[in-house]
Amino acid sequence: MEQLFESVIEIVRRTSAEIPDDVQRGVLQALENEKKDTIAENAMKIIERNIALAKEKSQPICQDTGSVLFYVDCPVGFDQMAFEETARQAVTEATKRGYLRQNSVDSLTGKNDGTNLGPGAPAFHFHQHREAHVAVRLMLKGGGCENVGAQYSLPNTPLKANRDLDGCRKVILDAVQQAQGKGCGPGILGICIGGDRATGYERSKTQFLRMLDDRNDHAELDALEQDILTTANKLGIGPMGFGGNTTLLGVKICAANRVPASYFVSISYMCWAFRRHGATLGAQGEIDNWLY
Amino acid sequence: MIELTTPITEEQVRGLKVGDQVSISGVVYTGRDAVHKYLHEGGALPEGVSFEGSIIYHCGPVVVKDENGDWQVTAAGPTTSIREEPYQADIMKRFGIRGVIGKGGMGPKTLAGCAENGCVYLHGIGGAAQVLAEHITKVRNVYFKEEFGSPEAIWELEVTGFPAVVTMDSHNKSLHAEVAAASQAVLDENL
Repeated sequence: MEQLFESVIEIVRRTSAEIPDDVQRGVLQALENEKKDTIAENAMKIIERNIALAKEKSQPICQDTGSVLFYVDCPVGFDQMAFEETARQAVTEATKRGYLRQNSVDSLTGKNDGTNLGPGAPAFHFHQHREAHVAVRLMLKGGGCENVGAQYSLPNTPLKANRDLDGCRKVILDAVQQAQGKGCGPGILGICIGGDRATGYERSKTQFLRMLDDRNDHAELDALEQDILTTANKLGIGPMGFGGNTTLLGVKICAANRVPASYFVSISYMCWAFRRHGATLGAQGEIDNWLY
Repeated sequence: MIELTTPITEEQVRGLKVGDQVSISGVVYTGRDAVHKYLHEGGALPEGVSFEGSIIYHCGPVVVKDENGDWQVTAAGPTTSIREEPYQADIMKRFGIRGVIGKGGMGPKTLAGCAENGCVYLHGIGGAAQVLAEHITKVRNVYFKEEFGSPEAIWELEVTGFPAVVTMDSHNKSLHAEVAAASQAVLDENL
């Protein structure tokens, strides 16, 4: 377990301090697209400098090191409980080393014991697969962007949104308008159409595990992703909500079955400080390959 | 770039307008949800601390002790300010605060408070925890760390050249309100 312990700490460190390459490319593109000598361009310059500095110093990109969300693909027979126990210890150690802020609070008493452990913290999502390797993905999602997430139940009369893809489009764009710069834009949307209230949000977040520049296999969802991205970037909300050309860096949408009576659209917002990494692990828990 | 050094006078604040880029030096105090709620409910500042002419920073920094036992801020970007909307106007009035650093902007109550009391809202770059930490040159003190936990404590920080943008001024203008209205108009055309 010693190697697994160190591997999880390294995954936490890298996720907290290093923006994945796909997101970095999006940020650089956004910087290029802003008008010169505007406050929007200056904001993107500071963001670019921040990304470089965090990596160089091996320090958190953002002080809100977020909810700690593990997504683990594992083979049949994998001991999930042992993994979880080791990962919890690794999270506390990563906190001591300053890769994570003391960021987990008892919801009733408001107490923060500094360990980043508690009911639901960190969160683990295990998924069994028929392959031999273990893949650990980690997302650190800050509170600012989490707070601007939204779940709509269709039909929505004030927004004239019916139970169809055009209705989905309307509520998604409303979520962008409501978020303005509060979620630390330019942001990325992860969306689930359908599901129940819990699985809808859960699946919306797993969309962030996709590469930022990939395309959706489903033609209609792909068209909706491109349409939302283009339209949102016409709104002029811009980096930090200062006004500008880039409001979103990406849009990722999935669909899940629903019961006939429900039609939820669940929208998660990820800030530009898009922290997710992952690695496949070898038999002793050592890191084999990085995934992003 | 406009240089702002604490303590800030009302005259200086009244001279600032939406869109101005400022560079802040001097002393700022962090304060977020727990501190605002506490002060709003009538709580007193720690002995010897005055917010007169100073800046409150909505921030929960990552702070570690170095080998000499001194506090070092290793990450310190702004947190979402709107959560302090119920409290901010009252607190700026009671304690003579001239500037509020945060992100995401604040609402009409705070905007009115800025006009009445001579205060501005200074938007930091959300998420830019490393760049902003570099502008924090010293931790002078910390208060309420045991009671509220490290991110929620009041950290008294010396800053040099800390960059921010005036997005709400003392003349009832808010960049956030302007951008929201403009983006809503474009959205309506595209639905």
